[in-house]
Amino acid sequence: MLLRIKKHPIIDFKDCEQISFYFNDTKLHGFKGDSIASALHAAGIKKLTTSLKYDRPRGFFCGIGKCSSCLMKVNKVPNVRTCIAPLINGIHVETQGKLADWPDVEFKSKSKETANADILVVGAGPAGLCATLEAAGQGASVLLIDENQTVGGQLVKQTHKFFGSKQEKAGTRGIQIAIDLENDLKKFKQNGKIKVMMNSTVIGYYEGNKEKQHKFAVVKREGYENNLYEVNCRAAIFACGAMENMLLFPGNDLPGVYGAGAVQTLMNVYGVKPGKKVIMVGAGNVGLIVSYQLLQAGIEVDRVVEAMPQIGGYHVHAAKLRRCKVPILTSHSIKEVYGNGKVEGAVIVKLDNNWQPIKGSEEKIDCDTICLAVGLTPSTRFLYQVKAEMEFIPEAGGYVALHDNSMHTTIKGIYVAGDSSGIEEASTAMIEGKIAGISAAMSLGYKKKGDSSLKKQHMDELDRLRAGPFGEKPRIGKYKISKLMEKKHA
Amino acid sequence: MPSYEKTGVLSTKELKLPSKEHLEKGVAIIECIQEIPCNPCVASCPVNAISMKNINALPLVDFKKCIGCGKCVGSCPGLAIFVIKSKDDKSLITLPYEFLPVPEVGDIVDALDRWGNTRCNGTVKRVLKKGKTMVITIEIREDLAMEIRNIRVYA
Repeated sequence: MLLRIKKHPIIDFKDCEQISFYFNDTKLHGFKGDSIASALHAAGIKKLTTSLKYDRPRGFFCGIGKCSSCLMKVNKVPNVRTCIAPLINGIHVETQGKLADWPDVEFKSKSKETANADILVVGAGPAGLCATLEAAGQGASVLLIDENQTVGGQLVKQTHKFFGSKQEKAGTRGIQIAIDLENDLKKFKQNGKIKVMMNSTVIGYYEGNKEKQHKFAVVKREGYENNLYEVNCRAAIFACGAMENMLLFPGNDLPGVYGAGAVQTLMNVYGVKPGKKVIMVGAGNVGLIVSYQLLQAGIEVDRVVEAMPQIGGYHVHAAKLRRCKVPILTSHSIKEVYGNGKVEGAVIVKLDNNWQPIKGSEEKIDCDTICLAVGLTPSTRFLYQVKAEMEFIPEAGGYVALHDNSMHTTIKGIYVAGDSSGIEEASTAMIEGKIAGISAAMSLGYKKKGDSSLKKQHMDELDRLRAGPFGEKPRIGKYKISKLMEKKHA
Repeated sequence: MPSYEKTGVLSTKELKLPSKEHLEKGVAIIECIQEIPCNPCVASCPVNAISMKNINALPLVDFKKCIGCGKCVGSCPGLAIFVIKSKDDKSLITLPYEFLPVPEVGDIVDALDRWGNTRCNGTVKRVLKKGKTMVITIEIREDLAMEIRNIRVYA
């Protein structure tokens, strides 16, 4: 119970019903609303699995269902992503062997179900939600699919107030924006324009028919059972977000090394402390913001280290940390993390002008948690399967699908929005979502008076938000993408 | 490279400071020195004392118009606005606060500078709980008015 956050200055953690479950035959307690991994973590269990080759202990890294270091056997079903699987009363959770055993559960032989819509939106984060609302507002029917239990994507852990323009919800906390968008969604759900499938993963793309050109296979999890859906649609918008980057150093796989976003999920969504003392790696906005949120949750942040010679995030975020006496060391990096089966400390080293470690500058620090905030990579695997043209754009964070300023890819009827179209932040993701939603609906013949000028307004707003010095990277990234797209059409 | 890009700490040289006369009536000091796309402070001001050329421009406070009401303090997503009012040997510092425990009027708290160092005691004069960002006013010695930017509250 020591790891549960009782009081928080920003979040009202409500008392939830206590439920029990078994971990390798030991009875443990968690709360309704926990994920399996958060309940295990709160019970002090950080080692969830072992590596395939060397039996190294592994804990979760991403916390949002994108990496594979939390796979466990639940009620005899192997390979369950415990970081997003809900905790249910009485379940049996086991660590699984190197190779999962042949499942001995009985798989019900159910036939597939079918769902149809004008537009499929994959991902219910800021971009996907705005795309859904905008497309439904135009009159299109929309099916919104997401892997998580609740809508909002990563907004649900963002306890800080957003920057940006007043009309795009600046000054509102991410957690509140998630609630606002969900309420907007409910209004449309009532008139049947929007259907939402949560706990669902799009797993395959198939050729559709003349009427509905795109066909997708979707697995919906009910409890820990899977049901197959065939989804037919005329257009699809991929707003699948991004995945946190790993950094190479000895010990980077020890339980207790997390992506900064994973820690944010653990403490701000589930109310569980990641540990007692944290070293943050990376002084971009994510590193600075999560460090501050760790302090708000009552966790010590020993220091922030940044390999660059200067702080990459906004000064105002750095200033908040500094006046709480948290050191930010630029030109410093992590050399190694050590510990027996879990993080027990780290060695920090100063870097010279050529990014090389300076001998003799090593410092050993006792800590139990390392957070990596070293950038994100767009989640784009599905865009490969639909055969959208992909290009490596460093400023966008990796490979992205080429798209025009309507967010349309090289495949007819396939759109992208948000981080999966290039790493940026939530305010611009929301606007990109709106542009994708309105464009997809218009392309299917759902036209309204003034929709072209509305789309233009959204595009102008994007340009405005990207116009400053901090918008340079996405500005260049999007410019490169549009130039490559023009070439394809030339 | 300005030193704050390395340290995360501003020096008063980097700020446009109000005159003694303006400080006597109390004015907002916005410690936002990078062009970031953000504008809620402009809309929060009831007397239109804060202006921005465009959403990425730096906010400018017209110290003549500013009435030191502190509405902007709680509105800034970067928690970068402070209201300073100085008279004789005392100063009132109004600052944003997002931690627990919440102080009460009359409490003595540690007054911290931009480096997080405790520089003196502060007496809590006002606690505004509107939303989750609290706006706290403390009284400190006047000579540290341009240094003190945070508080530490003991349970």
